Parts: sequence; C-alpha cells; structure tokens
Amino acid sequence: MSEKVLLKGNEALAEAAIMAGCRHYFGYPITPQTEVAAYMSRRMPKIGGTFLQAESEIAAINMVIGAASCGKRAMTSSSSPGISLKSEGISYLAGCELPALIVNVQRGGPGLGGIQPSQSDYWQAVKGGGHGDYHLIVLAPASVQEMVSMTFKGFDLADKYRVPAMILADGTLGQMMEPVSLDLGEVKEYDKSWATTGTDNHEGRNIVNSLSLSPAQLEEWNISRYERYRIIERDEVMYEEYMTDDAEICIVAFGIAARIAKNAITEARKKGIKAGLLRPITLYPFPKKPLAKIAERAKAFLSLELNMGQMVDDVKLAIGCKKPVYFYGRTGGVLMRPEEVVDTLEKIGKGEAQEW
Amino acid sequence: MFGKRVTVFMGHYGSGKTFVAVNYALALAKLGRKVGIYDLDIVNPYFRTVDAEAILKAEGIELIVSPYAETNVDIPAMNARSYKMVDDRDSYAVADIGGDDRGALALGRFRDKIVEENNYDALLVLNPYRPETRTVEGTLEIIKEIETAGKLPFTGIVNNANLGDETTTVDVLKGLEFARRVSEESGLPLAFTSVRKDLRNLIKEEIGEVLTVEPVKYGNWI
Repeated sequence: MSEKVLLKGNEALAEAAIMAGCRHYFGYPITPQTEVAAYMSRRMPKIGGTFLQAESEIAAINMVIGAASCGKRAMTSSSSPGISLKSEGISYLAGCELPALIVNVQRGGPGLGGIQPSQSDYWQAVKGGGHGDYHLIVLAPASVQEMVSMTFKGFDLADKYRVPAMILADGTLGQMMEPVSLDLGEVKEYDKSWATTGTDNHEGRNIVNSLSLSPAQLEEWNISRYERYRIIERDEVMYEEYMTDDAEICIVAFGIAARIAKNAITEARKKGIKAGLLRPITLYPFPKKPLAKIAERAKAFLSLELNMGQMVDDVKLAIGCKKPVYFYGRTGGVLMRPEEVVDTLEKIGKGEAQEW
Repeated sequence: MFGKRVTVFMGHYGSGKTFVAVNYALALAKLGRKVGIYDLDIVNPYFRTVDAEAILKAEGIELIVSPYAETNVDIPAMNARSYKMVDDRDSYAVADIGGDDRGALALGRFRDKIVEENNYDALLVLNPYRPETRTVEGTLEIIKEIETAGKLPFTGIVNNANLGDETTTVDVLKGLEFARRVSEESGLPLAFTSVRKDLRNLIKEEIGEVLTVEPVKYGNWI
C-alpha cells in the first residue's frame, strides 16, 4: 500500500493527536465533529489510552484540566455551541498555565445555529470566549493534511509555552476526505516537573491552581504569562502568501475560505485583476508584520470570511488602516463561490465597493 | 454485475458507498432499466446522494432520500417511500447504506422482504486506503460487525481502492490484490472493481468486471 491514507479531516485530526502522544481524550458528541470522538472511541482502548464520553461539555473540559495537571497530553473536541460551554474551563486551563489541545470544528451560529460549516467563532477563539487576561494559541488548518500537522504542532506549542492551544477548523474540513501522509517526525518532550504526580523528593509541593488570594500575586502571574505571549508573538507566527508579489488587492482568508480565495484569484487574474492571498495559519499570534509589509505595495485588502465580519478588524489593525479594507462573507452555514469573490474584487477595482 | 433486482452497498465509513451506488445506478439506467436509488444513510448528514440529484434526474433515476439530508436537521431519518425498494418489484433498486454497523442498522426493517424475494446482491465497498480496512483482519472484523447489525449477509466485494484525486492505476491494482485476499479469507467473491474513467484505459492487466465511474464533484471550488 502507498504511504498515504484517505482520511476525513476529523479522523486525520484524531489520528494525529494519538501520534502526538495524546492518550487522554474527553469529549461529548456534536455534529460536525463527532467523528473525532468516534475515532478515539475505537482507537484509544487498543493502545492503552483513555476515551471518555463525559456527561457534558463542561465535564469534559474539566477532565482535560485534570489530565493536563498530571502532565499528560490531553485534548477535547467540540463544535461551536459546545465550545461556548467549555469556555469557563478553557479560561481555567489558561489561568493554571496548563498545556492542552481544544478542537473547534465550527458550525453556524449563534445559539443552536445549524450543522453546516462556518467561521463565526473567530472572535471566540482569538479574543477570549472565557473570562480574564489570556490568549490561546489558535491554529487554522486549510486541508486534511494540515488537520494532521496543526494538531501535532498544537500539542507541541502548548507544551513548549504551557498555554492551551486551539485548532479552529470548520464543518467542511472536518467532513471532507483527502489523501494524507502521517509521517510526522519525532514528538518533542518538554520538562513537566510541575506536574502534580509527586514531588520527586524536592522541597515544597507541586500545585496547579488559578486562584490567587493576593491581587498583587495574580497581577504578577498575568504579567509573567503575557511576557510569554510576547515571545509567542515574536517566534510562532505562521502564514502562507500566495501571489502577493504583484498583488494590487490582497485577500486575507484562513481555513476553508482561503481555498475558495485561491480559486477566485485564478479566475480574477484571467480577467486582469491582480489579486493575491495572505492566509494566516496562526490566528493568534496574528501575522501582523507580513500584512503591514504587503500594505506598503498593495492598494487594498479584502477580508474573506464565513461570518459577518470578524477578522476584518484585525486586518485593519495590522496595517494601521493605511489602505482601504473591504469585507465579503457568507454565514449561517453557506459557503461562498469563487464567482462571488471575483465579483467583489471587480467592484473594489472599480471603486464601487464600500469600505469596512 | 447488473443481474439482481436489488443491490445493497454497505461498508466502512468513508469507503465510497455513495459514490459507487450513484455510479452503479447511472450504469443500470444506461442499460435502459427503470431504477430507483435509495439513500438509507442514518449516520452522516453530509456528502449524500442528493448532491448528485441533477445527474440522477437527467437519467430518469428516482432518488429516494430523507428530505433532511444536507440541511441543519441532524436526525437519523429515512424517507417513508423507502419501502418501495422491497415493494415495487418492477424496478431495480440501488441502496446506499450508512457506514459501518451503525449505518447497517437501517437495513433491518427491509431485510426479511429482501431475503424472501431472493433477488439481491449485498456488496461490501472496500477501500484499503481507509484507516480501518488497511488489513485483511480489520476488514473481516468490519464485515462481521456490519452483517450482525444489518442481518443481511454479504454476497460480494467491490474493489473501490482510491486516494481521491491522487489515485493512480497502481493504487487500483494494489487494491485489487488486497480485495482478492479478503475474498479468499471471507469466501465472498469479487463482484467488480470501480475505476475512474480516465484511469480505465491505462490498465492493461485483466482485472475482471469493471464499473467505470465518473467523479461526482462535491464542491470542486473548494
């Protein structure tokens, strides 16, 4: 058999987590991510791992806190409404400085919404969701292969910086099938002497906690964590540039929208519209510098999202509003067609589009 | 191939059942037969026969599918007209069953009539590039699970070896070799190999019965 296998995005993600050394999965079913749980339920017992279907999303995220406190690679997965329920626990993970992976295979919202693909949890992922001063490292795959590599990367970055990481996928990526290679290389080991699994005869106790009785100490914790965020922002930005060298209009899109953008760029260039794409792979840290650099030569930006306009604000901030920024999006589980994007690019070119 | 009135496609989740069933129904219609395709998938609301609705209709094939497929209603529903599959014995029926044993449960209520009429094929759609059917042992396990849930023993195997757009003739031939090994171990005959149209002429080897398939494009702009 060839080295590649044909996998659904959700299955690929689950297998990558196992290959990254995750043996503790806690979940609760919700469409369109249920295959992650289904895959884990079949695989984990065979390799001595734990698959546990919790009584609720809230229970599942708290089980992740428990396993992560013990220094184990732990994960949970859900879709939009389920991530809202997990948000309190995610804030606790951040406060406790615990590495863990949270997967959001987004669907349309708000509320119960629908089960078709969406990117309307951008704000939730990069601007909190939970309470308090914290960031998640947010990775946005755009192919089944990247569902694999980003899961691997997510566990690594989480351990490296002791912060929770999130995979922000969507229903299409979760459900689509593509051939993938599972050749991922070595799993890096990080020091976890902080884990609550015994003191190894050192003095004092290992305590994992997000409660501080002293405001001054809590401030100190937050400041020290933000020093780490600055390092993450400096060293861990990932993005892809596509035909940006001569681009007059730079599309900014992540995940599935970026794939649609590429097809639209091909069509637009046939019509003489010089369009390019910057695809953020890390949504936090956001690729501010590369965008600012493109802003020196491009005439305009188009933020393309499967929502009502969320990342578009970050695009404006990244370029310091130096160039006009436009937005085009579909929402509620509807995907845009490349023709709609080409149409928008044409309007921008003719000065007929309205700035965001 | 094409001999039996009822053809039921079952198999591992993501093995290509819908894809094979749609193409099989199209091939039957091209032979001038009256055909109905029955989407009995109670597992997955995505990538359903309804995506091929226009092509099926153009060939005069009746599509019987839950009205909730590809909508936001995520419930395991079947169309009430699905009983036509066993009651209307004047037309050919192609059934697309959901993945694994969970999907095969849907077959239970039709099983007695299918067996009583005794004019059916129950085919395992097999893609060895899917994770749980990469080994003969894994495949035999899935065969057992599906038969237990659906209560309808398989009568044959379909080699549907593919890696999506990246499929080569080598993949098809390797898949055939694998399907033959599963056939030996399970005692189920190889029914046919499904080969994409553009690859068919590149294969010179004798590969037995072939269903030439056209890629049914799901969202090719993504």
